[in-house]
Amino acid sequence: MDHLLFLLATGLARGAIFALFALSLVLIWRAARIINFAQGAMALVATYVAFAVTGLSGSYWVGLTAGILAGAVIGFGVERGLMRFTKDSHPLAGIIVAIGLVMVLQALLGIFFGQQHRPMQTPFSDSPLLWGDTPLLSPYDLFVLVVALGVMGVMALLFNRTSLGLQLRASAFAPEVSRVLGVRVSRMVTIGWMLSAAVAALAAMLLVPTELGLNPHSTDVLFIYAFTVAVVGGLDSPVGALIGGLVVGVAMTLVTGYIGATVAPIGVLVLLLLVLLVRPGGIFSMREARSA
Amino acid sequence: MTTRTATGAEVSITGLTVGYGGEPVLHGINLDMKPGEIVAVLGANGAGKSTLLRTLAGLVRPTAGTIDLFRSDITGLRTEDRARRGLALVPDGQSVVAELSVDENLRLGALWRHRGPARARAIGRVYELFEPLDRRRSSAGHQLSGGERQMLAIGRALVAEPTLLAVDEPSLGLAPRVVADLMAVLRDASARTGLTILLAEQNVTSALSIADRGVVLSLGRIVADAPAETLSNDAALRHAYLGF
Amino acid sequence: MNRIAPALTGTRRTIVFGAVLTVLAIAGTFGLDPYRNFQLATIVAYFCAVAGLTLLVGLTGQLSLGHAALMAVGGYAYALTANLATDWGLDGVPRFLLGMLGALVVSTVHGLLLGLAGARLQGPYLAGVTLAIAIALPAVTAQFSGVLGGDQGLQIAYEGVPEIFSRLIVVEQWHAWVSILIAGVVVTALAAVRRSALGLKMRAVRDDETAARLSGVPAARVKVIAFTLSSVAAGAGGAALCFVTQSISPGAYTLAFSLLLVVAAVVGGLGSIGGAALGAALIVLLPWLVGTVTDAFEMSADLEQRLSGNLGLLVFGGLLIVVMLARPGGLASIGLRRGRGRTAPPRSPSPFGPAASAAAPTDSPADEADTDRTGVKEVAVHVPTERER
Ligand SMILES: Nc1ncnc2c1ncn2[C@@H]1O[C@H](COP(=O)(O)OP(=O)(O)O)[C@@H](O)[C@H]1O
Ligand SMILES: [Mg+2]
Repeated sequence: MDHLLFLLATGLARGAIFALFALSLVLIWRAARIINFAQGAMALVATYVAFAVTGLSGSYWVGLTAGILAGAVIGFGVERGLMRFTKDSHPLAGIIVAIGLVMVLQALLGIFFGQQHRPMQTPFSDSPLLWGDTPLLSPYDLFVLVVALGVMGVMALLFNRTSLGLQLRASAFAPEVSRVLGVRVSRMVTIGWMLSAAVAALAAMLLVPTELGLNPHSTDVLFIYAFTVAVVGGLDSPVGALIGGLVVGVAMTLVTGYIGATVAPIGVLVLLLLVLLVRPGGIFSMREARSA
Repeated sequence: MTTRTATGAEVSITGLTVGYGGEPVLHGINLDMKPGEIVAVLGANGAGKSTLLRTLAGLVRPTAGTIDLFRSDITGLRTEDRARRGLALVPDGQSVVAELSVDENLRLGALWRHRGPARARAIGRVYELFEPLDRRRSSAGHQLSGGERQMLAIGRALVAEPTLLAVDEPSLGLAPRVVADLMAVLRDASARTGLTILLAEQNVTSALSIADRGVVLSLGRIVADAPAETLSNDAALRHAYLGF
Repeated sequence: MNRIAPALTGTRRTIVFGAVLTVLAIAGTFGLDPYRNFQLATIVAYFCAVAGLTLLVGLTGQLSLGHAALMAVGGYAYALTANLATDWGLDGVPRFLLGMLGALVVSTVHGLLLGLAGARLQGPYLAGVTLAIAIALPAVTAQFSGVLGGDQGLQIAYEGVPEIFSRLIVVEQWHAWVSILIAGVVVTALAAVRRSALGLKMRAVRDDETAARLSGVPAARVKVIAFTLSSVAAGAGGAALCFVTQSISPGAYTLAFSLLLVVAAVVGGLGSIGGAALGAALIVLLPWLVGTVTDAFEMSADLEQRLSGNLGLLVFGGLLIVVMLARPGGLASIGLRRGRGRTAPPRSPSPFGPAASAAAPTDSPADEADTDRTGVKEVAVHVPTERER
């Protein structure tokens, strides 16, 4: 029972990261109708930037900021330099070019930083706080939860309460009508990619310290989990990403805690297949389509 | 509708040829419009009306010809920049953004033109113009009736106070009563602000009831260009191209 | 091809053509040293899988990012069946045939199940699911380590040269023969499907699924069949590789390998079987070439370690992007352009120099005989025109 509480709390923190990363996939999907298979690798490059900047400046926070900015810059570069040109090409060009980008980025990271795992520091302790005798969650988990939920809240405000958000949504739903109304749609697509890549970078930077460490493949699994979350929640639905992320995070932590770490990827695969077979549009897709 | 002293656009279309890859759909169209003029583009289904309007808005690229707005060539401008020059298109099919609310649709239309309180005032004026919309401010686009959607589409164009308004078949699928109201709104807007209007219609009677001039398109060519009254009275022409 | 055998048409022509290329390829192994024969055996095993993948992507528009895992399924099934056969006291050809049977049956069932799930999915979803499969493979082998041997994988008994050939060839050449035979059968079958009515239906589904369905093509069934065929081809390739290397382990079928297969299919030219051969040769030979080149430079041990593997990956990723954006038809479409002139020889897969001889780009198992070059040209000319339909 003690164990359960701890796993639930850790699972929520982990799930918040999945949700954040899944949200980043949703953002690009809504802006450009592409599932960005390079999202993990792009976020990883930003995480390396954060790692390097933290090393140079000695400050976690400076590194974190640099990583987020790097994420946005990478998003800009990838959209303007590559993804923009996949539209008029082969129907699978978006995915295949993204796969190529993954290989290029991982190779470059391997060449510049090597394959070894590099430990990343956390700004707060990651040993669990006790509630009485019961281990609950660590200060770092708490930090992760607050940041992830906070960022999602800010995104919700941005999209629903600002003119920029209105234009981002309109461009995603009806690009042609938006252009007729004077909205600079292609700029909106770029901004969508930048926001998305920055959010993904943040998610990766939050996750990596809790894992083995930084390595050119650190985000492979994160991408799959977040992809599953996005599919479970419905690719069009930010709310679905949040709920799906928390559910998958808790479920995976419970599976890992009670059965073993090796089962988790199998569990994700089964969940993904189940959802796609039973409800291909995602569990939250219907409601969201009405309320968006 | 506005506090500015609005002047309608002066438009000059010269030798416009447009195609979708294969044979041209429009062949060397010439069309001039004076400020404040309402010109009806008439013609059967497939004549090329929508293509003309979409090319005007920059959604389709011509293979030859130029479009001048206020005597400056806009043929190379992107759609969104044309919009910001005062050219508003109301596409066919009551095209509102279905996922956005009425209010959001209108805000979207007003974004580049107005800021802050001025934006709210401009939107308020649209609600005065179209009372049914006022009652449905927070309804999503897809919840509206056809007439309401068309009102929203036109209101969303007007809220940006354009100088040239191109409207593509606003009457399609709507009750005669609603059509008459919409036509009246267009006529009043033009009368009040000097707005130039290019109105594509198959509904000849409605269109000519407010138009100063009508041009008849057939298979991508202008086959008649005459004052509205002349067109209404020319039985031979009506019979040959307009089917009544 | 009409020039060579004008009387043959349709499926029969494909079969004869495949058989001829297979025999030529087997003949060609006599010109190679043992190491080259080993490389050839590998290329040909990859060719099986890439041909299956290129058919899936090029003809039906479904993308799989987990084809290495599908190879592994075939490989594990082969190893398990062959080891069972060993326990029963079998060896040599009977054991091999039993192993292949096991690989094909399991790959069919597995492909069918996945295909059933995948048929309902569009591009990105199927890609995501297959990616998840590629990532889950080590977990599966660890979870069922009792049967699958965990990280270590499985070993199979040594397959020596059969008695009758033992004076003629060494073991590497024998392995190359077996690999070529497997690929010959599998790829000829794929080529036949490609030009059959089923192939036509696959293209119809790719171009417009709704329209295809409206005109009576059972889109879902066509997609399931395509995925199953592709899975069987990959499984056969995995079995061949298991036979050649006498082992199978999850470490050999990583996500990176799956992506490499995509590179081979795309760079060769999606939908083109000749392109698949080029692509398979490319992914085996390019890393080897890069290794040879970097060896020629003096560098620190650390840098060398960083470059090894990554430099090849970098080139492959770059190739994938450039080909997809600049020439989505891949190498096969270059062959088409050159081939039309009927004068210039077809482009060899890459400027490998001597290595190219070990991997002559052909529609079927490789061969270095000059006569076969003509065949290359025929394929390069023929394949894409049909694709453009
Ligand atoms: N997107 C398009 N692609 C190809 N042909 C088109 C397209 N849109 C319209 N057309 C063709 O152009 C011609 C004119 O169409 P359109 O401008 O829509 O006429 P109208 O609006 O007068 O009915 C028709 O023959 C139509 O088939
Ligand atoms: Mg029309």
